[in-house]
Amino acid sequence: MLEVCDLECIRGDRRLFHGLAFSIGEGELLHLHGHNGSGKTTLLRTLCGLILPSGGEVRWNGEDIRGLREEYAGQLTYIGHKRAIKDDLNGVENLRVACTLDGVETTDEQLWNALDRLGLRGFEDLPTKVLSQGQKRRVGLARLLLNRAQLWVLDEPFNALDKAAVGLLQGVIREHVAKGGMVILTTHQEVSLTQGEVRNLQLGVGEKGHV
Amino acid sequence: MFETFRTILKRDLTLAMRRRTDLMTTLFFFVIVVSLFPLGIGPEMNTLRLIAPGVVWVAALLASMLALERLFAADHADGTLEQMLLTPQPLALLVFAKIFAHWLVSGVPLVLMAPLLGLQYDLSSEGLQVLLISLLLGTPTLSLIGAIGAALTLGLRGGGVLVSLLVLPLTIPVLIFGAGSVEATVSGLGGDGHLYMLGALLVMSLVLAPVASAAALRISNE
Amino acid sequence: MNNSRFINWFKFSSPAAFYPLAGKIWLWSTVITAVLMAVGLYLSFFVAPTDYKQGEGYRIIFIHVPAAWMSMFIYVIMAGWAAVGLVFNTRLSSMMASALAPTGALMAFIALWTGAFWGKPMWGTWWVWDARLTSELILFFLYLGFIALQSSIDDPRRADRAGAILAIVGVVNIPIIYYSVQWWNTLHQGATIKMGGESSMEATMLYTMLLMTVAFWAYSIATAMSRVRSIILEREKDTTWVQEMVREGKA
Repeated sequence: MLEVCDLECIRGDRRLFHGLAFSIGEGELLHLHGHNGSGKTTLLRTLCGLILPSGGEVRWNGEDIRGLREEYAGQLTYIGHKRAIKDDLNGVENLRVACTLDGVETTDEQLWNALDRLGLRGFEDLPTKVLSQGQKRRVGLARLLLNRAQLWVLDEPFNALDKAAVGLLQGVIREHVAKGGMVILTTHQEVSLTQGEVRNLQLGVGEKGHV
Repeated sequence: MFETFRTILKRDLTLAMRRRTDLMTTLFFFVIVVSLFPLGIGPEMNTLRLIAPGVVWVAALLASMLALERLFAADHADGTLEQMLLTPQPLALLVFAKIFAHWLVSGVPLVLMAPLLGLQYDLSSEGLQVLLISLLLGTPTLSLIGAIGAALTLGLRGGGVLVSLLVLPLTIPVLIFGAGSVEATVSGLGGDGHLYMLGALLVMSLVLAPVASAAALRISNE
Repeated sequence: MNNSRFINWFKFSSPAAFYPLAGKIWLWSTVITAVLMAVGLYLSFFVAPTDYKQGEGYRIIFIHVPAAWMSMFIYVIMAGWAAVGLVFNTRLSSMMASALAPTGALMAFIALWTGAFWGKPMWGTWWVWDARLTSELILFFLYLGFIALQSSIDDPRRADRAGAILAIVGVVNIPIIYYSVQWWNTLHQGATIKMGGESSMEATMLYTMLLMTVAFWAYSIATAMSRVRSIILEREKDTTWVQEMVREGKA
């Protein structure tokens, strides 16, 4: 379970949010809303432990993530704004590196299948710099199919994806939640995620966040 | 854990091989700087022989500063570095793999090229030999110390110049013992003591630099 | 008794509580600096006897030596504060580190400058590649690096933490740099400047030197306090206590 207690974040001179508290348990999905600049990305990065909060703490199963560090990182997958793939490597190589870093052992077959499932058949061994924006995004998302992390933190995962890919990704997310995983995501797009168990969190300037 | 080390090493080497021009720029910089000195000072062989160790070492130092920018910047820009901070593997180990790969592609060519440049300066064969060994021991230290600076200045305005300002003073002992070893050998005093010191510096930076760089990377990625 | 002192310490680790205290320390150390500096300089230039070997020119050591000492002390103290700030995440410690850096750089600069002034009449040249002067120069570079790094980072917290790592790496390196420069110097048989007459130093000279050292300490404390006060105001400008103070016209 991920708990957020009295979280405060200051970037530069601006206090993005304070007194933020919520928790998310197994099989739950949290949809983060808020206008541009309300601190969504900052919050997600804070939840991952990339940003040190100015106040309060983030707890994983009751322990502060700052103390857990690598142990927590093993339970977490973060897909950020940046695609996190190397342009000079091909899809399979990119995915293999990503999986090794996640601590997941994979066979070549699994790698090819994952890319295949995201509609990259025939593009697997091209350097990703020749792929389109959407295809690059798909290469980056392919690791969601292979990793065993419990918590997914997804920052605008539907960006640059076409309709078919959006549908596919929704399916992947739904499947993860159904298996007891946790998902925290932001998106500007109208998407139908899992029915019922979606929770919403609104971030706004100067307001307290609440679920 | 070793698997991760190998993966990062292989990844960085593959990337370097696919962008070979980047490697060449550092090497050419080194060659050009060393070749400029006789033009500035004059072709008097006795003088050149005297300044050779210092010139080659300073040039190697500057070349490795130049290469530092590539160590983390690309990974930072495309977000792969962020992912490395979020792995269950110890970050210092990943950083060490990156530094090692960086040294293999930017440091080793300098080491191999140096004896050739030493010939331009009419260094004796023992001198060349010690030059090679001293660079072999010294350039990894430069990469290791430099990594701390590169990590601290990641994503800052004017990071390239700033990193030199931060790192160069810290590399002075390497320069002193590196150039000193060759000088001592040429003058017949024997450069062993210097080489031991270089080795000690290498061991120390091997232990401390990856940890410090890892901490610096976490700060720079906030 | 001990217990209450312990609590007091914690109280002053908050910038709001430390701000007025820093003001008091600043005032007192400024007064001490002014008095000791005046007396010390008078003793240095008029009372201390002329050195039988070095003539009048030696008098600059009463400024040079304390400045050189301070430049080294301050780096270690600065790194100490920075490390505390990094490890315990205490804002005030990091502010202290940033406040000390310019004073340290100034001290290193004074030491270099006076060293050059001393060298000219003694050696006939402004700069001698002496081990101590060279180390001082490198120390000056280290200060510049610290200041440059901190000022090129916009986010103050990141600046604090990045500066701390650099300062710690610097502190580990300083002894290595010092010994390597020493070794380099002896191998090259370079000129070795010996400042002061060491054991043969006269009592007046010794007192003057001690007095000047205390004056430099007081000066460093005064500038650090005045700087830390402006850093506190700048960083805490959005807090109620600063705004109240501004409204009351106390700042």
